[in-house]
Amino acid sequence: MTTLEFRGVTKSYNVRGAGRIKALDDVSFTLTSGRTIGLVGQSGSGKSTIAKILTQLETPTSGEVLLDGQPIPRRGKGLRRYRQQLRMVFQDPFASLNPYHSIRYHLERPIRLDAVVPKKDTDAEVRRLLARVRLDADAVIDRRPHELSGGQRQRVAIARALASRPSLLVADEPVSMLDVSIRLGVLTLLADLQREEGLGVLYITHDLATARHFSDEIMVLNQGRVVEYGTADDVILNPQNPYTRELRAASPDPEKHFASTGGAL
Amino acid sequence: MSDPLLTVRDFSVVYDVDPPVEAVTDVTLELQRGEILGLAGESGCGKTTLAYGVQRLLRAPAVITGGDVVFHDASGADVDINALDVDAMQRFRWDKVSMVFQGAMNALNPVDTIGSQLEDVFEIHRPGMNRRQRRAEAEELLEIVKVGRQRMRSFPHELSGGMRQRVMIAMALALRPQLMVMDEPTTALDVLVQREIIKQISQLRHEFGFSVIFITHDLPLLLEISDRIAIMREGRIIELASAEEIWRRPQHEYTRTLLSSFPRLTGERGVLVR
Repeated sequence: MTTLEFRGVTKSYNVRGAGRIKALDDVSFTLTSGRTIGLVGQSGSGKSTIAKILTQLETPTSGEVLLDGQPIPRRGKGLRRYRQQLRMVFQDPFASLNPYHSIRYHLERPIRLDAVVPKKDTDAEVRRLLARVRLDADAVIDRRPHELSGGQRQRVAIARALASRPSLLVADEPVSMLDVSIRLGVLTLLADLQREEGLGVLYITHDLATARHFSDEIMVLNQGRVVEYGTADDVILNPQNPYTRELRAASPDPEKHFASTGGAL
Repeated sequence: MSDPLLTVRDFSVVYDVDPPVEAVTDVTLELQRGEILGLAGESGCGKTTLAYGVQRLLRAPAVITGGDVVFHDASGADVDINALDVDAMQRFRWDKVSMVFQGAMNALNPVDTIGSQLEDVFEIHRPGMNRRQRRAEAEELLEIVKVGRQRMRSFPHELSGGMRQRVMIAMALALRPQLMVMDEPTTALDVLVQREIIKQISQLRHEFGFSVIFITHDLPLLLEISDRIAIMREGRIIELASAEEIWRRPQHEYTRTLLSSFPRLTGERGVLVR
């Protein structure tokens, strides 16, 4: 079992004209393999800063990030091992795949770099990954990203994230750029993979409804602080913090709408 | 009582490529004065093509292959939009029908102040106005959308996404049109800002009495803001009913499928299908 712990993490930036801004303020939580945490909050609440620190693109101003109780190495093999353990699925599947390369290339790279399987088995491993994300390997393996639909591309991005056999996955708004009719399909795929591979997932979103649906716990972030943390149903159905209540009231909810007013605004 | 603002009959649009694509096929609908009509459907269903088509905003290879669009002006005159010549169309657009485009907040000119961009609307469409009047109108518009007149000299990058979107709504409101077409006006904004803007559109609609065609794929949002909703699929309107009917008694299988694409926020865990 893998655990990743944020312990009192603070991150501040110098902003011209505004002095020092705390993007994260004393944030603590633990991501464990086999569980999904939903991270919600409005634009500018610090969600992406958490993702950047997790992926070591930023370092905390103070506080610690620990993988299985150990600090994360800043460079070298240790950092590489950490990155093999924790992978990222980005928001925009149009921008996160290289238009110049085939799908095969996108998946072969991490397999080779992390020497996941013997070299002769690379092709089989690529096909196994494509099958894991329910893509027809023969139909897509030699195509380039622009030849695939948005949903197919995001599945490729998920396959790439799984290629190094990580135990933790950070998914930053993984479906917000996709058409509504396929969003649920991609989220369900992520949930299935999470269960089958025992992944720990940090699902970053501002959509409370899908956060509730696909998370075990939800963490609400406001101005860099964790204002509420609890099981998904508790946080959404019985929010304690005023900010969480505000977020919930702002989210479209036809059930409540038609129950209370019986008509349009 | 029926008081139509726009009557669309057997309207069809084809993208004349090889092979031709029937983007909108035989659409018939009547938009009431003061009504918010929601237009929903997945990517490529023709909802944007329809909304552009009724204002003749389409470019080649799009071709309107049939049907009429009649605008019932508040003055009592009926305007056949397909019959207007270029000059008449130019006068008609923005004056009678305005549009808030998808990603509109990024459509502002980055090297010009928002005040000056608002004044441009009056310079073109109200040539009789002098500079002072134009400024006064632009300031009033910024007050109406709650951006505030003190932002007249701000550049777009100095405003948040939500404020820029309000500026675009102000611009669409400038000539007090009778119809506003909004294409995904809140999609890029977070839920709190989205809620503010939705409230504002609703208030302005009551205050100024314009009609709205609101395009989005966010069905839960549409159910809250719309009076009636048209569900489009493959260029056709497959269901058109009041928001409450769509919610309580969806008739078409596809409407149920669309509803079931959304998990429920409250109530029992599951999707939005009943």
